[in-house]
Amino acid sequence: MGAQLRVYKRRIRSVTATKKITKAMEMIAASRVVKAQRKVAASTPYATELTRAVTAVGTGSNTKHPLTTEAETATRSAVLLLTSDRGLAGAFNSNAIKAAEQLTERLRAEGKEVDTYIVGRRGLAHYNFRERKVAESWSGFTDEPTYADAKTVAGPLIEAIEKETADGGVDELHIVYTEFVSMMTQTAVDGRLLPLSLEEVAEESSSKDEILPLYDFEPSAEDVLDALLPRYVESRIYNAMLQSAASKHAATRRAMKSATDNAGELINTLSRLANAARQAEITQEISEIVGGASALADATAGSDK
Amino acid sequence: MAAELHVELVAADRSVWSGEATLVVARTTSGDIGVMPGHQPLLGVLESGPVTIRTTDGETVVAAVHGGFISFADNKLSLLAEIAELSDEIDVQRAERALDRAKSDADASAERRADVRLRAVAAR
Repeated sequence: MGAQLRVYKRRIRSVTATKKITKAMEMIAASRVVKAQRKVAASTPYATELTRAVTAVGTGSNTKHPLTTEAETATRSAVLLLTSDRGLAGAFNSNAIKAAEQLTERLRAEGKEVDTYIVGRRGLAHYNFRERKVAESWSGFTDEPTYADAKTVAGPLIEAIEKETADGGVDELHIVYTEFVSMMTQTAVDGRLLPLSLEEVAEESSSKDEILPLYDFEPSAEDVLDALLPRYVESRIYNAMLQSAASKHAATRRAMKSATDNAGELINTLSRLANAARQAEITQEISEIVGGASALADATAGSDK
Repeated sequence: MAAELHVELVAADRSVWSGEATLVVARTTSGDIGVMPGHQPLLGVLESGPVTIRTTDGETVVAAVHGGFISFADNKLSLLAEIAELSDEIDVQRAERALDRAKSDADASAERRADVRLRAVAAR
């Protein structure tokens, strides 16, 4: 076998192996998307009921709470960025990071200091490489976040909001995550989580125009709100984490699908090149034989004379 | 019509139980509370503890609830909990082991969790 042909054969073998891997990853990601979507759906009843309860307290009493009071002039804000632990997901992480950076810039332009909190090794690596300050980070659970994970993330954030700004607390909390729109579309979005505007929550939940009854609060409206708001924030963060996980798997699936397609194309091109090389080799061999034979024939013809 | 109320017991990551009931007893921060059909609208903070639901078929469903809220309006009662388990889902031996371990580690919150589980099983 000619050297050229051997090189092509070897490349075809290696691309085939890669294709098998990407194909497997695509299928794994596809099954995980479904699982992640199911988790999002399973967490919805809790979120809906919680929103209803928050609305009930918000409309039923004029209670003030640090998580709902707007600072007169916000000077410090926290940004929570949700990324994934692992890559191979196309532009998933870079989109989320880009969105976070734009948000940070906007906040800075408004004269606010920004504390960055990061979930996921990818986002953390990006910030560490650029030697940017990260207030706190978490990783290791982005593929399948549980409610307990959301709680660990929410804890320090709620603490920071409740602290006075002068003592290193923050006035507002923004969250950047990747919204799962459909299998094909996932968009990085940012939104302000805190301070919570109870009117907005009410608008969100009372789409059915229902009139909420006058609740009896046990033990008191303040205590209920006190217990309710952190849970509400946790549930929002949990929902964002689940959506982000579903989006990551969908992005991986798409990236791996195009990798598999590309590998297939590459194998086609390489086989054509290998065929051409083989053909060229045969042609060369034939012309060599023919050339040799005619040279021999010429030689004998000469000696015969 | 026999008086009944609709109960939804939901945990943060799943819906645990739902159905019709005649009486629900839960522990709020200010003491045990029993809710029957036609109760006045209520929103309360739950303590960790067992919740007892008497269904319309006369059966009793007990669940271990670790913190959360109870809300009642329009004959619909929702129990929201971060973690909630039905008593027949609880593995007694595991809960006992967890209780022993928590006691030896002096882990108060784990001890309370295990204790609530065991009490829910005992109340069954």
